[in-house]
Amino acid sequence: MDKKVMIQIKDLYKIFGKHPAQAKKLLSQGVSKEEILNKTGQAVGVQDTSFNVYEGETLVVMGLSGSGKSTLIRMLNRLIEPTYGTVIVDGTDVTTLDDDELRMFRRKQFGMVFQSFALFPHRTVLENVEFGLEIQEVDEETRRNKAQESLELVGLGGWGDYLPEKLSGGMKQRVGLARALTVDPAILLMDEAFSALDPLIRSDMQDELLKLESQVQKTIVFITHDLDEALKMGDRIVLMKDGKVVQIGTPDEILTDPATRYVEKFVENVDITKVLSAEDVMLKHQHVVTLKDGPRTALHVIKEFGLAGVMVVKQNRELVGYLSAEAAVQGVKNEDAWIDHICTQEVPTVPPDEPLKQIFPMVADSRDPIAVVDEKRNLKGVIYRGSVLAALAEQGEQMYDE
Amino acid sequence: MMSNIFNFELPKFPLDKITLAILDFLTEALAGVTKIASNFIETGVEGLGEGIIAVPTLVVIAVITFVVWKFIGRNLGIFALIGLLVTWNLQLWDATIYTIVLVLLSTILALIVGIPLGIWAALDDRVNKVITPILDFMQTMPPFVYLIPMIPFFGLGTVAAAFATMIFAVPPAIRLTNLGIRQIDKELIEASESFGTTPAQKLLKVQLPLAKPTIMAGINQTIMLALSMVVIAAMIGAGGLGGKVLAALTRFRPGEAFEAGLGVVIVAMLLDRITQNVAGRRRKSPAETE
Ligand SMILES: Nc1ncnc2c1ncn2[C@@H]1O[C@H](COP(=O)(O)OP(=O)(O)OP(=O)(O)O)[C@@H](O)[C@H]1O
Ligand SMILES: [Mg+2]
Repeated sequence: MDKKVMIQIKDLYKIFGKHPAQAKKLLSQGVSKEEILNKTGQAVGVQDTSFNVYEGETLVVMGLSGSGKSTLIRMLNRLIEPTYGTVIVDGTDVTTLDDDELRMFRRKQFGMVFQSFALFPHRTVLENVEFGLEIQEVDEETRRNKAQESLELVGLGGWGDYLPEKLSGGMKQRVGLARALTVDPAILLMDEAFSALDPLIRSDMQDELLKLESQVQKTIVFITHDLDEALKMGDRIVLMKDGKVVQIGTPDEILTDPATRYVEKFVENVDITKVLSAEDVMLKHQHVVTLKDGPRTALHVIKEFGLAGVMVVKQNRELVGYLSAEAAVQGVKNEDAWIDHICTQEVPTVPPDEPLKQIFPMVADSRDPIAVVDEKRNLKGVIYRGSVLAALAEQGEQMYDE
Repeated sequence: MMSNIFNFELPKFPLDKITLAILDFLTEALAGVTKIASNFIETGVEGLGEGIIAVPTLVVIAVITFVVWKFIGRNLGIFALIGLLVTWNLQLWDATIYTIVLVLLSTILALIVGIPLGIWAALDDRVNKVITPILDFMQTMPPFVYLIPMIPFFGLGTVAAAFATMIFAVPPAIRLTNLGIRQIDKELIEASESFGTTPAQKLLKVQLPLAKPTIMAGINQTIMLALSMVVIAAMIGAGGLGGKVLAALTRFRPGEAFEAGLGVVIVAMLLDRITQNVAGRRRKSPAETE
């Protein structure tokens, strides 16, 4: 691989507290994060982390809450000071820059997008978008024009004069994105940028970012706790747990190879009676729609509960098919009255006692959820890709504790 | 027999003499500074007060009414008109103007000290740690405690009153400036820093504008405290409405005391409404149509 390394992270640690050396020593002895916090009061944010980000790639950092994703991304532009280790960006060791150099570096290298948008409420949309250039003391006309350009890039050309409070969540994050793009940074840092958006808008934004990416060719570090999003956005995925990297790989590698190893390890270590089956990981009380409901009702349910789609059943809960949000939208548009016309019948199904081992490859193959049905094809529950992983992570954690 | 135990004489601790010695020393040492401050305030209050009083009263009332009506609203404009006419009619005009001028001058002094201190406390945790208990302590003190130490420095009168008022009224300006900056959403600060702002850019373009509503609430509180103090400062010879109340009370003329008291209430309501209105203002989208 002769791709250029854009960001090189080496032996990076963040330990919150006054005695990091003590905590680091304990870490090297294999003491857990929790124990260190209880014993010494030092909170480990990130530990012993090294990896590269290549120019032009989108690297997704994924992990559960508290796994250190935000801490890690903030050490790249030193919003959080690393405790140990180095971050080398485009050949410059960021950790050695003095205040002035760091400011200059932030101005030209990084654009950052935040989970709760972080738009300045006292500035109009345009004033928000031109903020970065204003800080660089670019003259007013140039920065207005540039800001307007990036607003148009995200499809909000006509909104410059509004205050952010007038915008919906999706629009706010477009502004956040435009604000980051206006300074034309080499690297975009996105900390759960889409997590606060509801699923339909979120999927739109993902598509939009993918499109933008092909136009502007930026290196993107993208944080999420959502596997679907990670798979969709990432050229490569870094999986974090307890502040440490547990896996790095392409979406395919993450889904197939390590995942099955995880399962194997899990099966050989745990008492056979505890092995999970479909029943254990399915969501039981998912919202469904029945045949008498129209596409509009279905879309309403999807929106109301923030789903990617719903299962369609007969009155007796016998499974008919699966209706994705897109299909529902399409159905409403075409004024299709019958829900069984627009839903897909090819939804994968498993019996409740199906072992998780069998379910894994199915989840990997399909974007749609899996229906859990009994002998009479009555719907018992639904399995999402995320719910399998969540269940595994939980089990893995329990294994650790034992 | 029992009484013997209680009868012996304990020599009095000479706290008064010690205090006097310290005050003497300080007065001496700070003489230069206090002199300048005295001149400044005396000419300020007197010049401004007398200047306004020299203008025909009705003109002043008309101007104030117009400004309030135009910039804040009709109702408050009408209230200003009636309130000021009442003070005029009760022959409290000079006292009212004196009180307002003294309040505003002390407030300005308090803000000149308070807002920078508040900013400093917001940006530096150590400063905050030192300042917070001092402010807590200051706010538990009854107002007249501030009057006494002023006398050795400034004598009786306007200047002592202004300084006592400034010190008494400064805590909310410090506190709310500090709070206003500290309570800004952390992501907004990070957003600012991620674009490479200098501390000054961050302060001027992000922190102060976002803290403004809270700072304005602090200014409102400072003004109200200043008014209450200016009234009480009649005890050390500040004139104005407080002076009228005090004089009427000591001569046992409840009717006059009531009139002057009404004047205080009118001034209080005016100052409060005006500053609250200014504080409560929010920016409207230029794109919004009304
Ligand atoms: N300022 C801080 N002081 C002490 N501990 C902190 C601080 N910031 C983060 N931590 C700890 O560091 C760990 C990692 O936090 P971080 O915010 O990076 O996680 P995250 O992966 O972004 O989680 P989330 O998905 O909830 O945003 C957590 O255990 C957290 O409690
Ligand atoms: Mg986070």
